[in-house]
Amino acid sequence: MTGLSDAAVRRLKTVGNWPEFPTGRYAALQEIGRGGMGTIYLARDEELGREVAIKIPNALASSVMDRRLQSEARALASLEHPGIVPIHDAGRLADGRIFYVMKRLEGRTLDEYLDSVADIGERLRVFERLCDPVAFAHARGIVHRDLKPENVMVGAFGEVMVLDWGLATNVGEQGDTGSVIGTRGFMAPEQARGEAIDERADVYALGAILFLLLTDVPPGSGRDTAAALAARQVPRPLRAICAKALSPDANARYRSVREVGEDVARYRAGGAVQAHRETLLEKAVRVGRAYRTAILLVLGYILMRTLVALWAGW
Amino acid sequence: MSHTDVPRSGGFPATRHSVIERIRDADPEARREAFGDLVEGYWKPLYKYLRITWRLDSEDARDLTQAFFADAFQKSWLERFEPGKARFRTFVRMCADRFAMNMRQSASRLKRGGGAQTISLDFDGAEREVVALHRTTQPEPEEFFHQEFVRSLFEKTVEELRSEYAAGGRDVYFIVFEKYDLAPSEAVSYAEIARECNLTPAQVTNYLAHVRRRFRERALATLSGLCGSEQEFRREARELFGVEI
Repeated sequence: MTGLSDAAVRRLKTVGNWPEFPTGRYAALQEIGRGGMGTIYLARDEELGREVAIKIPNALASSVMDRRLQSEARALASLEHPGIVPIHDAGRLADGRIFYVMKRLEGRTLDEYLDSVADIGERLRVFERLCDPVAFAHARGIVHRDLKPENVMVGAFGEVMVLDWGLATNVGEQGDTGSVIGTRGFMAPEQARGEAIDERADVYALGAILFLLLTDVPPGSGRDTAAALAARQVPRPLRAICAKALSPDANARYRSVREVGEDVARYRAGGAVQAHRETLLEKAVRVGRAYRTAILLVLGYILMRTLVALWAGW
Repeated sequence: MSHTDVPRSGGFPATRHSVIERIRDADPEARREAFGDLVEGYWKPLYKYLRITWRLDSEDARDLTQAFFADAFQKSWLERFEPGKARFRTFVRMCADRFAMNMRQSASRLKRGGGAQTISLDFDGAEREVVALHRTTQPEPEEFFHQEFVRSLFEKTVEELRSEYAAGGRDVYFIVFEKYDLAPSEAVSYAEIARECNLTPAQVTNYLAHVRRRFRERALATLSGLCGSEQEFRREARELFGVEI
């Protein structure tokens, strides 16, 4: 035969790993994301006439990867929350690999979002929303273990979704025995040591995300956390929240993700945060800022009464 | 045959020993066979490489390709490959560069035929492919050699598949694959191929899935026999198909 054209070679590279669904219900359209464990394809659900996202493991005939994907699908199926992508279906490809079908999400990953949104208040709102689904999963005994900006999606209407539950495990479990899985900079020290972990590992990862939101610097890039926050003139209460969530000692961290979210919410509302014991001056400044309008009105009223009294005295 | 007849398989390639292990075999027959596989996998990319990158004419490129493999077999210098230093493919290319340089310096040795043992290879076919490349710029050597290595691997795999499906009386599987994947065009749809081949669209889907899976299995099996180590094979498989072995 004559040689294969460049187009044919390119196509064969793609179809060599192209997912084929034996039932014919789904047709893969294009690859939209690839991680160490699996690849996500945009696909068409022929039965319902809609686009979906389908995750497939990269490894051929790997029982470990199949087990992980299955565990991810089950974790997702048990977590019905607006901040967690819903799962529609699961099955096996023609080549035996497991796949699962989920809602197609449209939006930007958190790191893409940070490129276009500089406002700290808006970033903190996203962070607060991010804490919700994670806390929800914790309440059902599931730890994400790989929270990082790439695994968070911010939708067009400001909705925040947590993605990639492939490493999720039950609280107190070690996950894959003898292996350290997670992402450097976002992984709690006890997770990096391969020890059994609980929800405080996710607290650490959220602390790392908060650090990134406040400084635009990826955590673990060699700089001292406190110094980096101070250099960016991050307010003390936020520095304290960040430092508490990022404590190397799990016992010194927030006990739950809900507590982190609540502390950030308190800060946004102008309240005192749990992580920071404020001085009298700081309290006065905070209260002054929080009740600025009321204070100005009272001061104005006092000033007016004083002027009236002085006028009457003449 | 209905689509329910399509057998399932795991998709894991039947890996072979690395090319280095095989050409170092103590058994001369096993060594000869391994060398035959090596020549089959590398001669065409090498010929094209000499034609395009070294700008040799067709006759010189043929002679040099023949002489290179004959010399490598007689003097066993490909066996000196060390997996930790480079990919086997890169090693072959670098050996070819050195060989071509030596030959160019002692031009008298590069006479027609060169006295080397002749290996029967389809140089005319390879030359037609070189002409069809229509290259206007000089390619980056490693990239070009890799690209032609992949093309050659895929061509071999496609030919094996054609024979496999013909032998099994399932030519229609291969015809569907040929129409959809070997002549890629936006205009071709499953429905159109189904009409042309008197099949249902579901059959087209399943036949394509079957041939693509066999394509991947066969290509990876051949690739494993052309890599210098297990680690290199895993890396090549990841780069080629995005799969973890």
